[in-house]
Amino acid sequence: MKPAKFEYHAPGSVDEAIALLGRYEGDAKVLAGGQSLVPLLNFRLSRPAALIDLNRIPSLAYIRADDGVVRFGAMTRQRTIEFSDVVRQRLPLLSEATRLVGHLPIRTRGTIGGSIAHADPSAEYPAILAALDGEVVVKGPKGERTVKARELFQTYLTTSLESDEVLTEVRLPAIDAGAGTAFEEFSRRHGDFAIIGIAAVIAGDGASCSMARLATAGAGPIPVRLRAAEEILERDGLGDAPIAAAAARAAELVDPDSDIHASSAYRKHLTGVLTERAVRRAMAKRGR
Amino acid sequence: MPEPVSISLTVNGIAREGRCEPRKLLVDFIREDLELTGTHVGCEHGICGACTVIVNGEAARSCLMLAVQAEGAEILTIEGLAKDGKFHPLQEAFRQHHGLQCGFCTPGMLLTALDFLRVNPHPTELEIREGIAAVLCRCTGYQGIVKAVDAAAKELGRTTG
Ligand SMILES: Cc1cc2nc3c(=O)[nH]c(=O)nc-3n(C[C@H](O)[C@H](O)[C@H](O)COP(=O)(O)OP(=O)(O)OC[C@H]3O[C@@H](n4cnc5c(N)ncnc54)[C@H](O)[C@@H]3O)c2cc1C
Ligand code: FES
Ligand code: FES
Repeated sequence: MKPAKFEYHAPGSVDEAIALLGRYEGDAKVLAGGQSLVPLLNFRLSRPAALIDLNRIPSLAYIRADDGVVRFGAMTRQRTIEFSDVVRQRLPLLSEATRLVGHLPIRTRGTIGGSIAHADPSAEYPAILAALDGEVVVKGPKGERTVKARELFQTYLTTSLESDEVLTEVRLPAIDAGAGTAFEEFSRRHGDFAIIGIAAVIAGDGASCSMARLATAGAGPIPVRLRAAEEILERDGLGDAPIAAAAARAAELVDPDSDIHASSAYRKHLTGVLTERAVRRAMAKRGR
Repeated sequence: MPEPVSISLTVNGIAREGRCEPRKLLVDFIREDLELTGTHVGCEHGICGACTVIVNGEAARSCLMLAVQAEGAEILTIEGLAKDGKFHPLQEAFRQHHGLQCGFCTPGMLLTALDFLRVNPHPTELEIREGIAAVLCRCTGYQGIVKAVDAAAKELGRTTG
């Protein structure tokens, strides 16, 4: 099918975009990479009165690393992230996960801000935002605010952003050089959304674990931070028994829905299996 | 009522212009307004890859872009791949290795492979399979396509050093 009629605006600044969003009183949509929104328009599942295209705002595309934080302009393309040396060095978890986001021609257009604002529960970037305790910067008519991952995602495809707010920046704490990371994912075909994905960061020498970070994609309406499983590793270390215990705990912590792709029970099982794989692979990559 | 918009862009090295509603998809603009029907349209939601073209040097789905977003862009479609009546090495390899049957996926497959080989000039077979997973083919079973991309990579490596 083809999109229903809409008015189209391509403002040159974020302030202009916010003013336009205000003018349509909730009936306008921001257009970023279009890799999720345009399919919805084509199927007429979404019929906004207007599209506010951010693609003509060059100041929204950047990657800056300072003070232990990597900042991404909302319009930074997934493809730019994939090939960024800064990201490879400071956020190897994000580099690895980016290659799992759709396919190269999708990543040419798709943006980090769009992926997080879209809040698909199976998407990789929201899980990473949750695992790393990242935050986003949001700008609206009343000014700017920062929102932590746990306050951002509300349910399927829903964030705490107001309809006249624009997500302008994504901030991810850089990963300590000695830590190991892994993104484990199961999907039916390469490039499909994850049935389950697990983001893992593991720090510590030998069998000791000074820090563990674990979060899921696809295991519920929002990304789930697996804090109780992390605590098992931080307390009991990285031996076979605590890893198995953490994986079992991870499966208990999630309450996924059944859908056409997988049953709830299968997703719970996968959460355990992939947690163990992710932890082991992250461990092996420590200190490199 | 949204006004039609004017669009100027470069397609296959030639300056082109058109006028359409903002809701017109780039793939439909290319096919209907520019009359370049080599770019195919299948699913209209980003899954099949038949509509893939090169936008400012990088492969993108033309069913997930609005024509108005291509204002000022440089686009390469399948019609621009052969030069001076001579097939591009990728086209030649697809012909030699049976990389196509009905040809529906082929324009998207070739332009996806072109971009893929630019970012990864010496791919392994697994990497080729992952790269072309971006485009669905209902005929070939992919084996011929994998062989063709592999052969083209070697040929391009030989001719460009
Ligand atoms: C075939 C295919 C496979 C895919 N596979 C995956 C996958 O495996 N994993 C994955 O994570 N994604 C996948 N995607 C989705 C892709 O990553 C999208 O790029 C992403 O979900 C949305 O980003 P976008 O920039 O394209 O945003 P858009 O599609 O432009 O926008 C998405 C939504 O977010 C809103 N929005 C966008 N930017 C902002 C902003 N700055 N401020 C406020 N609101 C905003 C829009 O209004 C819209 O509601 C796939 C897409 C396709 C077509
Ligand atoms: S028609 Fe564009 S991806 Fe299928
Ligand atoms: S050759 Fe027929 S779809 Fe690929």
